Amino acid sequence: MKHCMIVDDSRVIRRVASRILEDLSFETSEAESGQMALEACRHRMPDVILLDSHMPSMSYLEFLRTLRRQANGAHPVVVFCTTENDVGHINDALGAGANEYIMKPFDRESLQSKLAEIGMA
Amino acid sequence: MNPADIALLVELLKRRTGIALNPAKTHLIESRLTPVARQFGFRKADALLRDLLRHGREAMWRAATEALTTNDTWFFRDRAPFEQFRDAVLPVLALRRAATRKLRIWCCAVSTGQEVYSLAMLLQETPLLAEGWDIELIATDLNSQSIARAREGLYTSYEVQRGLGIRRLITYFNQEGDKWRIAGRLGRMIQFRTFNLLDDAGWVGTVDAVFCRNVLIYFEEPVKARVLDRLAGTLAEDGYLITGNAEMPDKVVPFFEALPGRRGLYAVTRPAFMLVSGTY
Repeated sequence: MKHCMIVDDSRVIRRVASRILEDLSFETSEAESGQMALEACRHRMPDVILLDSHMPSMSYLEFLRTLRRQANGAHPVVVFCTTENDVGHINDALGAGANEYIMKPFDRESLQSKLAEIGMA
Repeated sequence: MNPADIALLVELLKRRTGIALNPAKTHLIESRLTPVARQFGFRKADALLRDLLRHGREAMWRAATEALTTNDTWFFRDRAPFEQFRDAVLPVLALRRAATRKLRIWCCAVSTGQEVYSLAMLLQETPLLAEGWDIELIATDLNSQSIARAREGLYTSYEVQRGLGIRRLITYFNQEGDKWRIAGRLGRMIQFRTFNLLDDAGWVGTVDAVFCRNVLIYFEEPVKARVLDRLAGTLAEDGYLITGNAEMPDKVVPFFEALPGRRGLYAVTRPAFMLVSGTY
């Protein structure tokens, strides 16, 4: 079973994403900030990280750069979630180490399709 | 809506397009006809339907037909047919057409264009264009509004993220406000045209491959055979047909031979010169 970590400061979004992912036979874990996610990754690196692009304390770019420097940090596939429909924003995320993006709000179908593209579903 | 009216609508639609709607799907028919009803000054779909069946005005028929036959689509839908085309068909065609360096591919029901643009992207990612190959894509659909959208090549964020990876998005699209427009180099590969698969396809000329996906399932057997005949008639004698994965479950398909181990991929089995078009 693949493990997906959902990093988002919104509890509602984390619950919704968890439910969809569990339906898709993923094991899930949740983190409400970049720091908490990095800490959790030190103990157990997930296969996929669903990363919100708007987090209060640590930016998603800072999170991505720190993650990719960590031991085994190159391993997880990072899908960053954004409401910004902006090519500059997407390029920044790719440059920092994101693998894919998904635009919010997403539903089961779009998340499943994105995970299929990256070979995870 | 009156079941007898729906049954008549379904029958007349089948005569016009070959497409056999399920008359039990009243809700679908009603929801698709409601915007057309408003367009023609009716409050509800059943009033439109009565008028349509009584007077049969062509403009109304055209609008109703387009509303009832629009199909959902997305980029690289089902993935496997595209990968199969790239890995199994294209290398063979590249060898066979090495002398002319020319390929023509027909996507015969492209809806709003995602399928043909996916194919154009895939072709851009092969060395063929850089080696000077002349590749022409012909994109048709019954629905003129869908073809107009396909030709425009402007998609919402929701549409581009359905099936399209991030790298392809930033490589092949330009941002326009909150939408994404397909790059001109892809659009220039494609000729768009509204076309009913029941009509004579002679204008298409000879093509090396036909993508006919998620269409044949809507046809009853005699119509399907007629369409397959037409498609075979446009294919070069060593051409290929690509259908949806589960669209033709039978091993024996008129005019085509299923390629072993390849779902939805067929080789044409009779030479194009033997075909007589317009025999039905």
